[in-house]
Amino acid sequence: MAYMHIGKDFVPPDVPGKVTGRIKYAEDYTREGMVYARLLTSPIPHGRVLDIDASEALAMDGVYGILTADDVYPDGEPQSTGLKILTNEPTLVGEPILAVAAVDEKTAETAIASIAVTFERLPHVIDPLESLEEGGPDAYNGGNTFVFRQGFVQEKWTADQVASFRAGNEPSAEPPTELAYGDLDASFAEAAFVYENTFTTAGYPHMSMEPRSAMAYWEDGKLYLHGGSQSLTAFADGIAGIIGVAKEDLVFVNVATGGGFGQRARAGSVPVYGVPAKLSQKINRPVMMRVTREEEFTIGGARQGFQGWIKLGFKQDGTMSAADLWIVSDNGGKGGGGDAFSATNAVSIVYQAEAVRLRGVSIGSNTAHRGAQRGPGENQIAAIVSPILDKAADELGIDRLEIRKINTPQNGDVGGIQRQPFTSAYMPEALEQTAQLFDWEGRQSRRRQRNGSKVTGLGIGQGYHNAGRSGMDGIVMMGADGRLKIHNGVGNLGTYSYASTSRAAAEVLKMPWESCDIVTGRTDLHLPITSPQDGSNSIFTNTRTFWGAAQDMLAKMKEIAANELGGSPDDYDVSNERIHQIADESVGYSFAEVAQRAMELGGKYTGEAELPEDLAEWTQIAVSRLAGSGFMGVYHDPAHSGNPPGFTVTALEIELDTETGKIDIKDIVSVGECGTVMHPQGLKNQLVGGVVWGVGLSVLERHLYDPQNGLPASTGYWQSKVPTYLDTPLKIETGWVDLPDPENPVGARGIGEPTQGSVSAALNAAISDALGGHIFNAAPVTTDMIINHLAGTSEQATPLAQNNFRG
Amino acid sequence: MNPNLTRRRFIKGVIASGAAATTTGMWYAANGQDRPAGYVERLIRINVNGQMRSVDVAPQETLASTLRYKLGLTGTKLGCNRGECGACTVLVDDIATYACSVLTHSMKNGRIETVEGLESPNGDLHPVQQGFVEQLSPQCGYCTPGQVMAAVALLRVNPNPTREEAQLGLSGNICRCGSYDSYLDGVMRAAEIG
Repeated sequence: MAYMHIGKDFVPPDVPGKVTGRIKYAEDYTREGMVYARLLTSPIPHGRVLDIDASEALAMDGVYGILTADDVYPDGEPQSTGLKILTNEPTLVGEPILAVAAVDEKTAETAIASIAVTFERLPHVIDPLESLEEGGPDAYNGGNTFVFRQGFVQEKWTADQVASFRAGNEPSAEPPTELAYGDLDASFAEAAFVYENTFTTAGYPHMSMEPRSAMAYWEDGKLYLHGGSQSLTAFADGIAGIIGVAKEDLVFVNVATGGGFGQRARAGSVPVYGVPAKLSQKINRPVMMRVTREEEFTIGGARQGFQGWIKLGFKQDGTMSAADLWIVSDNGGKGGGGDAFSATNAVSIVYQAEAVRLRGVSIGSNTAHRGAQRGPGENQIAAIVSPILDKAADELGIDRLEIRKINTPQNGDVGGIQRQPFTSAYMPEALEQTAQLFDWEGRQSRRRQRNGSKVTGLGIGQGYHNAGRSGMDGIVMMGADGRLKIHNGVGNLGTYSYASTSRAAAEVLKMPWESCDIVTGRTDLHLPITSPQDGSNSIFTNTRTFWGAAQDMLAKMKEIAANELGGSPDDYDVSNERIHQIADESVGYSFAEVAQRAMELGGKYTGEAELPEDLAEWTQIAVSRLAGSGFMGVYHDPAHSGNPPGFTVTALEIELDTETGKIDIKDIVSVGECGTVMHPQGLKNQLVGGVVWGVGLSVLERHLYDPQNGLPASTGYWQSKVPTYLDTPLKIETGWVDLPDPENPVGARGIGEPTQGSVSAALNAAISDALGGHIFNAAPVTTDMIINHLAGTSEQATPLAQNNFRG
Repeated sequence: MNPNLTRRRFIKGVIASGAAATTTGMWYAANGQDRPAGYVERLIRINVNGQMRSVDVAPQETLASTLRYKLGLTGTKLGCNRGECGACTVLVDDIATYACSVLTHSMKNGRIETVEGLESPNGDLHPVQQGFVEQLSPQCGYCTPGQVMAAVALLRVNPNPTREEAQLGLSGNICRCGSYDSYLDGVMRAAEIG
């Protein structure tokens, strides 16, 4: 279909501000009379605050006030896992205990240095398996895991059960969670090749470039909060509840956000914004809270690590007959994360296994807060499964691309534990396109070729993430100037999807982009609710709402024109910023004229009557404030059916240096399958960004904790080793399938997360290939692991260790 | 076994058995704004974006702090404040420099350029900025001013770099979004624009 905007590149309106430094992030704002907050954070991994003596601090010149957990939670802290604004019951080093506001940061820190906090130390644990073992310490007060509607509970295995798991055996404990479909025993019985082993994946921090600094002040009973988030209205909706301010009294200002990767999608991950908000309320002054890199590490969260066992069965023809997983998920110090479920779903979806089972438990450790991180679960497991798939292919005499084609999801298939049908699925096309772009066939002769100390490995991998939601709201407005104003609550994360999805509205009205304005950046511009900008959903979800809102405006335009110029609404169409009769284009109104007429008519044309049912409360507030001010199109999106997938395929060639363990990616191709392409440059950015994240997951990133004292040893960029220019390919080739999805008005789905998974799958497969088929059953596979393997030395001092150098 | 570790484990065991521990102050190191008691700010003049600016500067104040918090040049970002990420990169006498890691007092004879100083007086973007816009190099944009300044420094000494040279030239700047490929496309485009 020929579109005016969809599938075409454009310059999103925030890009010039990014290259000139003019766009503002939270810490770039200032306010007259602004004072500064600093945090006193927990020096111990698990404890309880017995006493706080701040008398000396409060007597200091320039100190304006203190905020403690008792101020924030006068009725007691919520008894659940999850980050709190401040706490008297820290469960990780670095958790905020109190904040002091002062005339400058020096004074605030001097004041904090004079505050005496008395802690009761409690036992702490770094490795979830140590907590699982009978008699082992629990990370939380009241247990080592949290069960919904039940609270904290203790989950314990016998020492023998833990030892057996560490020795590489299937866990024998009764799992609190068990999900399955198909006949597992019968499916394994049909298998010609079965692989089983234990595995680990590491936790590691999100490390957004912008620390979560925030500034807040109160004016006329309203809270103005400047902060960074992945979402805008969805985040504001949540943070209002956390701070305890009415939705209509919160103005959340968030023009740009310096990275999120899952950790800033929802307000529950960033409750620390409550510190400046509540402190400024208490002392009646604007408060800036600048957050350091070290603080960003501890309150910024991490991916869940896995200590798992996996068993995969393959029939003689290469079909994956069964997949059985037992996963102990690391819930960190504050709980959170459903990665094991997502991982199992991904195995079911990507490889279409006939029978699948997940048994699992989430266990706390006194380490970073866990939560969603780019493809949470799907991407860790991709790195584990792919080398096993290659081993099966080799054992069964099947080409490694072919075994992926044999098991590929496609149109008409279902996937996941819930056996949900896809809205559409073009993974076979993505596999074929990748193979051709990469010349998979032609490169096979290079496999395991040696050049001095270097050996070549090839890998191909697939990635998946659910990529779309529905049920949100859209608002578009037009004034007497005839410009289309797209009210956008998506949030500016750096994917530019806030802008590309807005173009769906322009498409409906055939509006030149130059005549459109995206209204966003702060909630007092009256923005509709959107889904949190996570889970690769934005493109699918928000093209639906913007399309719908513009369709509502189009229908109203046709109605006004037909009523006043004759004929029926169906006799009218739009072009060149006019609504006109199809038969005689001279009969019609300019958009400016029809907007003017709509405002004169009022009622449903200006949002004062006949609003869609089921608008969210946040949207209702926005609509009520916009009502009567202009011509309005407003829409509530109904639920869609099926699972809109985001798929990617990556093929790559590496050189592995057997002397140093270093891996060099020589060539790489990543192909996205995300329905209709909305914005090619934006899609390319998601693909290349995913490649970099895939390198991190596969070979670099892990955080480390001192097991004796619970101190984080990797609070900086070099310690937890974020990939740099020199760790990533010089040139990344990208492509896309570009076939429309029927559940989206323009055919689009999301793509933010799966590339990392397909790259990790391909890279770990290539490492195994270069090492003659050795499987590490781990992510990351670091240089020291490779060197140890080549030297014939055990890689793991403590098998299945977590939050440490594999023991 | 290390006897010290054994002893510390013993102490930890005693504390864990019920005794209380008292702490004062922060666990974290202070950030770049921290100053010891008794500091004295002195008025100095520094050359920023071609203008002589008078500013009161503390002895241990970093250039990044001065630019952001005293001169209002917030285009220079602080990502780590400890010389790891490059978000604060500015030019000092044409050399890419981490502004978080140099003291403002050492800049008295230096010619400092920040991202705000790159546009021409008529508002035209610098070729690097233009190249980055055309190639949609930034994602979240937080590291972008640093990437821009690193690229400007590179192109001043090497107007037509190879992609490998550009990769090396910008390798002191982290992009957590992973937009390296698009930044390199932007640098190569900037070299074409000249």
